[in-house]
Amino acid sequence: MPVMTLIEAVTQAMDEELARDPRVFIVGEDVGARGGVFRATMGLHAKYGSERVVDSPLAELSIVAIGIGAALADLRPICEIQFADFIHPAFNQIVNEAAKMYYRSGEQWNVPMVIRAPYGGGISGALYHSQSVEAFFTHVPGLKVVIPSTPQDAKGLLKSAVRDPNPVLFFEPKKGYRAIKGDVPEGEYTIPIGPARVARSGRDLSVFAYGMMAHYTTIAAEKVAREDGIDAEVIDLRTLLPVDKGAILESVKKTGKALVVHEDTFTMGYGAEVAAIIADEGFNYMDAPVKRLAGPDVPAMPYSHSMQEFFMPNPDKIAAAIRDLAAY
Amino acid sequence: MAGLNKTTLLDWYRQMVLIRRFEEKCAELYQQGKIGGFLHLYIGQEATGVGSVAALRPQDHAITAYRDHGLALARGLDPKAIMAEMLGKRTGVSGGKGGSMHLASRELNFWGGYGIVGGHLPLAAGIALKAKYNEEDEVVLCYMGDGATNIGYFHESLNLSAVWDLPVIWLVENNGYGMGTAVDRASGQVELHKRAVGYGMKDGGRVDGMDVIAVYEAISDAARYASKNGPVLMESMTYRFQGHSMGDPERYRSKEEVQRYAAGDPIGKFRQTLVEKYKDVAGELDKIEDAVVATVAEAVEYAENSPAPTYEDLVAHVYAD
Ligand SMILES: Cc1ncc(C[n+]2csc(CCOP(=O)(O)OP(=O)(O)O)c2C)c(N)n1
Ligand SMILES: [Mg+2]
Repeated sequence: MPVMTLIEAVTQAMDEELARDPRVFIVGEDVGARGGVFRATMGLHAKYGSERVVDSPLAELSIVAIGIGAALADLRPICEIQFADFIHPAFNQIVNEAAKMYYRSGEQWNVPMVIRAPYGGGISGALYHSQSVEAFFTHVPGLKVVIPSTPQDAKGLLKSAVRDPNPVLFFEPKKGYRAIKGDVPEGEYTIPIGPARVARSGRDLSVFAYGMMAHYTTIAAEKVAREDGIDAEVIDLRTLLPVDKGAILESVKKTGKALVVHEDTFTMGYGAEVAAIIADEGFNYMDAPVKRLAGPDVPAMPYSHSMQEFFMPNPDKIAAAIRDLAAY
Repeated sequence: MAGLNKTTLLDWYRQMVLIRRFEEKCAELYQQGKIGGFLHLYIGQEATGVGSVAALRPQDHAITAYRDHGLALARGLDPKAIMAEMLGKRTGVSGGKGGSMHLASRELNFWGGYGIVGGHLPLAAGIALKAKYNEEDEVVLCYMGDGATNIGYFHESLNLSAVWDLPVIWLVENNGYGMGTAVDRASGQVELHKRAVGYGMKDGGRVDGMDVIAVYEAISDAARYASKNGPVLMESMTYRFQGHSMGDPERYRSKEEVQRYAAGDPIGKFRQTLVEKYKDVAGELDKIEDAVVATVAEAVEYAENSPAPTYEDLVAHVYAD
C-alpha cells in the first residue's frame, strides 16, 4: 500500500470524486490555481478547470450557502472553509438551512454537500487560526460531523461524505496534514460514515478520541504499554455525529474504564456526551469514573508558544491521564 | 504640503523607515523560528499607514485587520511591546495572547488588528456610534483590505453607517490582491470606492497610496467631512511587496509586476521629495535611519529577554471583574 500524508489523502479523495461524478465541484477561497492555503486542492484546478474548482470572493456565508442551494438543485458541492475558525459567518446557513431542510420540507429536498475545514491548534496560529468547532455542530441533528485521524480514513470517509445525501461537516486536523502519514489502499474504496474504529485493542481501559488527539492517543497508548505495561484500548470515534454509541459501550463493557480526549475546550465539549452515554447506558460496566482530558476553558488558544503548549493535550499528557486512570 | 513643517515630514519618514526595518527584522525572526504562526508584512504599504494615521487626532480611532504592525507603529505603540508580542512574551501588548495579528492599545485608541476578515467593520460602526451618542467630536478610521469588501459584514456596516450618519472613514487599502485573488476576480465593481454610491454615502475616491503626503491630505479631508456629515468610503491604491504572509509561493503574480511596484517604493519616493525640498537633508535622513535600526535592535533585545507567559497567564482573565 502506498504511504501518504493526511492531506495527500484528502486531495486524492477529491480528485477521484471529481472524476467519478460530474456533479461534484469544489468552491472556496483560493482553492483554484493557488491550491488552497494548505494545498489541499493542489493540481485539481489544472485538471478540472475553473468551472469545477471555483475560486470564490472572500465570503464564507456564501461559500456555504451557494453550496446548499446547488446541493438542493442536485449538484454535489465540496465547500472549503480555509480555517474552521472562519465558518462562523456561515453558521446560520448550516444550522438553519442545511440541517433542517430535509426534515422540514417533508422530505422533498435533501442537502448532499460537504463542508471541509482544517481545525485545531498547535501551529502558533493564535486565536483565530486554531479553533476546534465540532461541538457547535454535533449539537445539531440533521448534520453529520466527521473528523479523520489517518490518511486511510481521511480518503475513505471524504469519499463517503461526497456521496452522502446529507450535509457533512468534514473537519481535518491541520497539525496532522503533513505530520500524519500512513498506508492508503490502492484503488477505489470508501469508509462508511458512522462506525468508530478500534485504533488499538486493549483490556485495561478505553480511550476515546478523534482527529489529532486520536493520533496522539495511539502514540500515548504504545508508550504506556511499553513503559508501564498498561493495555489501553484506543477508539478513534472519527464520525462524531451520528454517534457510534455501540462502539463506545462495547469498549467500556470490556475495560470498565473510560477516558475521553479532545483538544476542544472542556466544558460542554464532545467528551461530555461520551461520558453521558456511558453514565446512562454503561453504568454497570464501570469500575472508575469517566475521565476527560481536554483544552482548558479559556476563550481561545493564545499565540505564545508556552501558552499553546499548556493548552494542547499531547502524547505525554495523555499518557499521564491513562496512568492515573489505570491506577484508579 | 501646506502647513506641513519639516519636523513633521521627517517624523513621517522616521515612521515609514521604522515600519520597514521592524518588519524586515520580523521576517528574519520568523525564518529563525522565533516568530511562529502567520506573519503578514505591511512592507510597501507604509505611506498609506503613516499618512492616514497622521491625519488623526488623539481622540480619533483606528481599527484594522491582521496586517497591523505598520499601523500600530504609526499610531505610537511601543516597538518593544510589539516585538515582545511577536515573540509571544509576557511583556507583549496583549501579554503574548494575540501575537502579530491582534496588536492593540486602548490608551492610543488603536482598537487593534482583527484576524477574522471583515469582522471588525461592524465594530468600527459601533465605536462611531459611541461618538455620536455622546456627541463627541471623534472620527473612526476603519482600514480593510480589498478582499474584505466582499464579505457580508461590509454591506451591513456601510449601510448602517450611512443610515445613522456615523463618523467613519471606510478606507480600503487596495493592494491588488486578497491572498491570491486579484481584485477583478473577486469584485464586480473593481473601483471599490464607487460602492459608496450604492450606500448613499460620500465617495471619497482614490488616493495614491504610495504617496504619504497625498494620503495625509485625502484622509484629512475625509475626517473633516466624516466628523460633520457622516461616513466616507475611499480607497488607497497600494501594493504589498511581500507575499500575503510568510511562505506565500506567490504564483498569482509575476516577478515583473512586483519589480514594477518596487521601483515606486514609497520610502524611496518620499526621501526623494524631502531631498528636493530641503537642501542638505540627506545627512539628517541617514541619522534617522541609524536611529531606527537602533530602536529595532533594542526592541528585539527587550523581547528576547522578556519572560514567557505561564500556565496561570493562560487560565487567568477569562471574565472581567
Ligand atoms: C472570514 C475570513 N475568511 C478568510 C480568512 C483568510 N484570509 C486571511 S487574509 C485573506 C485575504 C484578505 O485580503 P485583503 O482583505 O485584500 O487584505 P490584504 O491581505 O491584502 O491586506 C484571507 C482570505 C480570514 N482570516 N477570515
Ligand atoms: Mg488586499
